[in-house]
Amino acid sequence: MNHHAIWTIYRAEMARMRRTFWQSIATPVITTVLYFIVFGGAIGSRIQHVGGVDYGAFIVPGLIMLTILTQSVSNASIGIYFPIFTKTIYEILAAPLSAVEIVFAYVGAAATKSILLALIILGTATFFAPLHILHPGWMIAFMLLTAITFSLFGFIIGIWAQSFEQLAIIPSLIITPLTFLGGAFYSIDMLPQPWRTFNLLNPVVYLVSGFRWSFFGTGEVGVGLSLAFTGVFMAICLGLAGWIFKTGYRLKP
Amino acid sequence: MSSMISVSSLRKTYKSGLVALDGIDLEIEKQEIFALLGPNGAGKTTLISVICGTVGIGSGTVRVGGHDITQDYRAARAMIGLVPQEISLDIFATVWNTVNFSRGLFGRRPDPAYVERLLHDLSLWDKRDSRVIELSGGMKRRVMIAKALSHEPKILFLDEPTAGVDVNLRREMWALVRSLRDKGVTIILTTHYIEEAEEMSDRVGVITGGRILLVEKTATLMRKLGRRKLTLMLQHPLAYLPAGLDQWELELNQHGQVLTYAFDANAEDNGIPALLRRMAELGIDFRDLDTSRSSLEDIFVGLVQQAA
Repeated sequence: MNHHAIWTIYRAEMARMRRTFWQSIATPVITTVLYFIVFGGAIGSRIQHVGGVDYGAFIVPGLIMLTILTQSVSNASIGIYFPIFTKTIYEILAAPLSAVEIVFAYVGAAATKSILLALIILGTATFFAPLHILHPGWMIAFMLLTAITFSLFGFIIGIWAQSFEQLAIIPSLIITPLTFLGGAFYSIDMLPQPWRTFNLLNPVVYLVSGFRWSFFGTGEVGVGLSLAFTGVFMAICLGLAGWIFKTGYRLKP
Repeated sequence: MSSMISVSSLRKTYKSGLVALDGIDLEIEKQEIFALLGPNGAGKTTLISVICGTVGIGSGTVRVGGHDITQDYRAARAMIGLVPQEISLDIFATVWNTVNFSRGLFGRRPDPAYVERLLHDLSLWDKRDSRVIELSGGMKRRVMIAKALSHEPKILFLDEPTAGVDVNLRREMWALVRSLRDKGVTIILTTHYIEEAEEMSDRVGVITGGRILLVEKTATLMRKLGRRKLTLMLQHPLAYLPAGLDQWELELNQHGQVLTYAFDANAEDNGIPALLRRMAELGIDFRDLDTSRSSLEDIFVGLVQQAA
């Protein structure tokens, strides 16, 4: 294991976040506060409870999930796309590093960032809603799993993308809509058909539901199913990353 | 084992179908300066990139310091420093950070004293806290070299190190390369300037169309190929070559207006003073003269014709 190299990349990636501090930290926090004002304040005054949970508290896991999903994907994709775009990737490829080590460093840094953001948002949320976390251990576990899995997904997108537009397409065209549809701000039982059935295919439903379970002890689908789904998606991303390095896809001509 | 780098039957075909390397066999000795000479698109960069690991190996084997670059890539790559042709840097990083980043990538412990010395050697010390974006082109190139040397490599690859570089920096680079060689570093550089190869290298490999045409000691190659030509523009055209001049290899061109003399550039006596004296004696005046060296193109044409 080239520990020095992993640590070097990890630290450089974290430094990149410090360089763009406002962009990285402030924007998601401000957006989240707005969500609380709109959904928690305006709508929450009409909907008091969802499944026995205060509406303001109910949307907290959804908001955190939304942040983890979008941030993991965008952090990791920019993290690897930037050196490819500037061609500084040559240095990474010529270094005595294995594929696993490269993925570990970039995905680790991206996941760390989105977890930091998730915790900041969780802290911010306590000002807006009465929060009581039933299974803190599981909550952390879901956060970690989701952050790592979607950072891995972002890493793959960063290698696949051939322009900044393509880089932005997946988060804005897929992740955000699926999260909104996936019950971030409401219980999916409240959706009319055919959306309710369609949602069974929506991966975000399982993530949000499992995460919500760790807060309130209830979720739309079983927690086992949530875990299994995240595991499957992670395995798919790992397989794809492995294939990328094996074939050199867009990294090594 | 004296070979530092050993390439055998290396072939590389890009996905586009372009055959970049078409069966390369090459041995590079420890502590030599080896110049890979060839026109654009000859396969120089591909060859370097395959050895360094930035381009996938097609078929064949490459060993670096005895380590196979596929099976034992860590040991092989740890020995190599690479300066690519294009300047590719994280423009937002500071000089100090980006050089230390490279060192870290190669798994070396931080050594601020070494990096400080390196930056002094490359006249970058004053710029250590500057961001790359603030540096001039020449400075950026120095940063590229500092990064390649940051992990104290045993082998240094320089891909067209002096393309677009001013005379001062070129001289500095040549001096740096020599001092590195004296410290035991093996250096491989690519160039399409024959002067550079001549000035710098112990041996030259000529590559074109993905094949190595020849590998030769630089001195030998220059002796073989280093023909020069003296061109005399005559005041009055000559109808034929006077008998008094037949001990020189002369040619009359352009209706007798131009006299050319081909000679060996490395010979002790090139015969020019004697020729000019004899011409004066015979009353042949010239209004202008010019000397030229066989260009790389000439050499390629010559080599290809020889091969055919």
